[in-house]
Amino acid sequence: MSADLVAAAAEPPADRPGRPEHPGALVDPAGTGETDPREGSERIARRADPTWRRALRTPAFVAGVVITASIVVAAVFAPLLATHDPAAQDLLNGLQGPSAAHWLGTDQLGRDLYSRLLYGARTDLRIAGLAVVVPFVTGVLLGTVAGYVGGRFDWVVARVVDTVVAFPFYVIVVAVVFAVGAGEKGIYVALALVGWVTYARVLRNTTAVYRASPWVVAARGGGLSHGRVVVRHILPNTLTQAVVLLMNDVVFVIVAVVTLSYLGLGVQPPTPDWGTMITDGKAFISTQWWLSVAPGALVVYTGIGLSLLGDGIADVWRAE
Amino acid sequence: MTRGSLRWLRRTVLTVVPVVIGVVLATFFLLRLVPGGPAAAILGDQATDQAVADLEAELGLDRPLLAQLWSFVVSVVVHGDSGTSLLYGVPTRELILDRVGVSLEIVALSVVFTVVLVVPLALLAALHKDRAIDHVIRVVPAVGLAMPTFWVGLLLILVFAVNLGWLPAGGGDQGIRSLVLPAAAVAVSLTPVLVRTLRAQLLEVLDADFVATLTAAGLPRRRVLVHVLRNAALPTVTLFGLNIAYMIGGTLVVERVFAINGLGALMFDSIGSRDFPVVQGVALFCAVLVVLVTVLTDLVVNRLDPRTRIAA
Amino acid sequence: MTRTAAAPGHAVTVRGLTIASRAGTLVHGIDLDVPAGAAVGLVGESGSGKSLTLRSVIGLLPRGVEITGGSVGVTGRLGMVFQDPSSALDPLVTVGSQVMEVCRHVRGMTKAAARRRAVELFEEVGIPDPERRLRSYPHELSGGQRQRVVLAVALAAEPDVLLCDEPTTALDVTVQAQVLALIERLRVDRGLTVVFVSHDLAVVSQVCSTVSVMQAGRVVESGTIDQVVGAPQHPYTRTLLDAVLEIPEAGAP
Repeated sequence: MSADLVAAAAEPPADRPGRPEHPGALVDPAGTGETDPREGSERIARRADPTWRRALRTPAFVAGVVITASIVVAAVFAPLLATHDPAAQDLLNGLQGPSAAHWLGTDQLGRDLYSRLLYGARTDLRIAGLAVVVPFVTGVLLGTVAGYVGGRFDWVVARVVDTVVAFPFYVIVVAVVFAVGAGEKGIYVALALVGWVTYARVLRNTTAVYRASPWVVAARGGGLSHGRVVVRHILPNTLTQAVVLLMNDVVFVIVAVVTLSYLGLGVQPPTPDWGTMITDGKAFISTQWWLSVAPGALVVYTGIGLSLLGDGIADVWRAE
Repeated sequence: MTRGSLRWLRRTVLTVVPVVIGVVLATFFLLRLVPGGPAAAILGDQATDQAVADLEAELGLDRPLLAQLWSFVVSVVVHGDSGTSLLYGVPTRELILDRVGVSLEIVALSVVFTVVLVVPLALLAALHKDRAIDHVIRVVPAVGLAMPTFWVGLLLILVFAVNLGWLPAGGGDQGIRSLVLPAAAVAVSLTPVLVRTLRAQLLEVLDADFVATLTAAGLPRRRVLVHVLRNAALPTVTLFGLNIAYMIGGTLVVERVFAINGLGALMFDSIGSRDFPVVQGVALFCAVLVVLVTVLTDLVVNRLDPRTRIAA
Repeated sequence: MTRTAAAPGHAVTVRGLTIASRAGTLVHGIDLDVPAGAAVGLVGESGSGKSLTLRSVIGLLPRGVEITGGSVGVTGRLGMVFQDPSSALDPLVTVGSQVMEVCRHVRGMTKAAARRRAVELFEEVGIPDPERRLRSYPHELSGGQRQRVVLAVALAAEPDVLLCDEPTTALDVTVQAQVLALIERLRVDRGLTVVFVSHDLAVVSQVCSTVSVMQAGRVVESGTIDQVVGAPQHPYTRTLLDAVLEIPEAGAP
C-alpha cells in the first residue's frame, strides 16, 4: 500500500551504521568466514539471550513497546475498562462535557465518549491486525521468489506491482470496497489485493542482493538446494527488514481503516470505530471539537508507538 | 535523436506499455468483483431475476467476456471514455473533465506546499546532523505517517476556519482561498516521509568527494551548498514523481472533508449511487495520470543529468 | 586544538596531534615537519590514520571525528587533491566551470579572466585541447584526465601547499606515473610544498624526499627516502617494503 510511502518510512536513514552491509551477520556472527549451513540455526539460538537485554536498553524499542502495549491493553480489556456500553444512547444527555458519569463526555447521541474510544481501539486494532496478515505473507513470498529466481517471473511481478502502484491507494481501495461491498470484508479484500506490493518490492530487492552475496554462492556451490539456501541464508536476513516494514505498514493500515470508515466504506455503524466517530463529530467541530479530534489523536498515538517499535526493532537487529 | 534518448524511449515503452495494459485490465475486471454481478448490485436485493437479466442485457453484461473487454478497450482508447454514466446518462469522460480542474489545482498547490516544507526542513536536519534540531525534525516522520490526511484537514478547519477565520471551511467557492487548506492537508501528510528521505539523500551528497574538493579549494560554504542542492535535487524530483499517486489519492479524500466538487466528490457520489462506469472511469483516469507524471519526471531528470543525457 | 603558523622555514608543523571519534582514538599524538618547498610522504595501510592527519591539516575531518589534542601550524595557503577522481568533481557541471568558479570566488577574477586562467591551468596540468575541454562534463573524461582537472581546481586557488590524499591509487599504473610526474613538475615550477599520502611506498618514493611511516595512528619511523627504504629500522616498515613489487632508484627527485 502506497509502497513508496511506507517503504520510505521504514527505510533506515542512510547515516545509521550497520545497515545490512553485513548480510551474513545472522548466519556468521563470529565473523570467522565459516558458512557451514548446518550451523545456522544453532547460531541464531545462541544469540537469543543477549538480544533481549540489548532490546531493553534501546530507547526507541522501550518507548515503542510501552506506547503500543498501552493501546493494545486498552483495546483488549475494553470491556473491563469501559464505563458504559458504547452503543448505549442517552438522547437527553447528548454533547455533554466531561463529568463524573462520563469521563470524557458524550457524543451527539449521548453515548459515552471514553467507552467508545476504547471499543474503537478494539475494533480498529483488530481489523488492522488481521488485514496485514495476507498482504504480508503474499508479499514476502512473491518478493522472495521474484528476487531469487529473477528473469521473466521477476519482470512479470514487477509489472504487476507497477500496475497496482499506478492507482492512488485510496482510489483503488475505495473502488475495490465499492465492488465487493462496504464493511469489514471489503477492507480485508481490498488490502489483500493492494497491500502486498510494499513487501514484494522490498523483499525482492533485498533477496536479490543477498542472493548475489559470497556465502550464498558458496552455499549453492556446496550443493545446498535452493530451498535450504533461501530458508537458511536469505530469509533470516530479509525477514528482519520485512518485520520492520510490517510495523510501519500496520500504522498505515490503521489509518486506512479509519479513513475508509470515515468515508462510510469501512466499519459500519453501530460498531464503534475511530473513523465513524470522526464522521459523527464533524458536524460539531466548532463546539465540541474533541469529538472528532480525540479519535484521530489516538490514531497518532498508536502510530507513534508502532513506529518507535519498528525503529527499535531495527536498531536492535542492526546492532548485531 | 541521440542514442541515449532512444535507449530511454525503449526502456520507458517496455515498462509503461504493460502497465497501461494492466491498468485497463484491472479497471475492467474491477466490476467483475461484485458478487452476483453489477446489475444485481445496482438493482438491490429486492430485484427479480428477470429485472436483473434485463438490466444485464441493457448494459451489455450478458455478452461473452472478451467481447465486453474489447468494447471497453475501444471505448477507452478511442473515446477516452469508460462508458456512460448510469446516473447522468452522459459519457464518463465529460463528467471527469468537468471536475478534474479543481482537483488538479489542489494537487499542484499541495506540491508547492510540500516543496516549501520539505526542502528547508531536510536541509536544516542534514546540515546540523545529530544536533538538537536534527532530532526534532526526525521525530516528524513518526508522527506524520500516523496522521490521517482527512483528520489533518479537520484540524486545519478547526484552527484556520473556525477559530481564526482566515480561510473558508469548505465549499470551493472562494477561488484559490478554498484550495489552500485542502492542499495544506495533503502537503502536511506527505511532508514527514519526504523530509526523511531527502535528508538521507542530502547526507549522501554532503559526504561526496566533490564537496571536499570544492571546499578544500576555498569555495565559500554558500556556493558549495548550491552544488549540493543541485545534486540532491534530481533524486528529489524523482521522489516527488513517485509519490504523485499518493498526492492524488489524498486530494480526492480531502475533497470530501472540504466539500469541494472535484473528482473525489464525483467518485464518492458515484459510489453512493452505484454508478459503476464512473467509478471505473475515475480510477482509470487517476492511474493513467500517475503513469504520465512518472514518465514525465523520468524524462525531465534524464535530460537534466548530463550523465544520462548524452549518448555513450 | 590551536592553529598557528608553522615553524620558520616550514610549511606545515604538526605537534602531538591527537584525533579521536566516538569509537576511540585514531591518531595518537604524532609529530610532522614539512619544510617549505619539500615533498614529504606519509605512508601506511588503511586505518593507519594517514588520511585523517592530512585532513586535519586542512580542517576537513569527516563527521564525528575531531582533533582532541596537539597543534597544527600552517604557513601559506592550502590545497588538496583527493583519491577518487570519479567522484571528486560535481557530475552535473562542466569541468571548466568548476575551475572557473574557484577562480572567480576564491581569487576574485572576472568571468573573462577566469576563463582565460582556466585554459592556462588546463595547459599546465597537461590536458590537451584545453579550450574545448572546458565544456566537458566529468563523466566524459578518463580517470587520468579527471585527476588532472582535480589538480587544476586545487591549483586555481593558488595554494602554497598541496596536500595529496592517495591521488593515484584509483588510476591505472601507466597513468599513475604520468600524474606523479605532473605533481613533481608542479612542485618545482610553482615552488609548492607537497604532502603526499599513500599506502604504496614505491609511489611515495617517486615524489618525496622524506617520508614518515604510520601504523595504527602512530609514526613508527621517519627519515629521508634513502634512510627509510635503504635501512628500515622498524619491523613494520620492513613489512611495507616487502609488500612493494618494485622500488625505483633511491635518489629520484
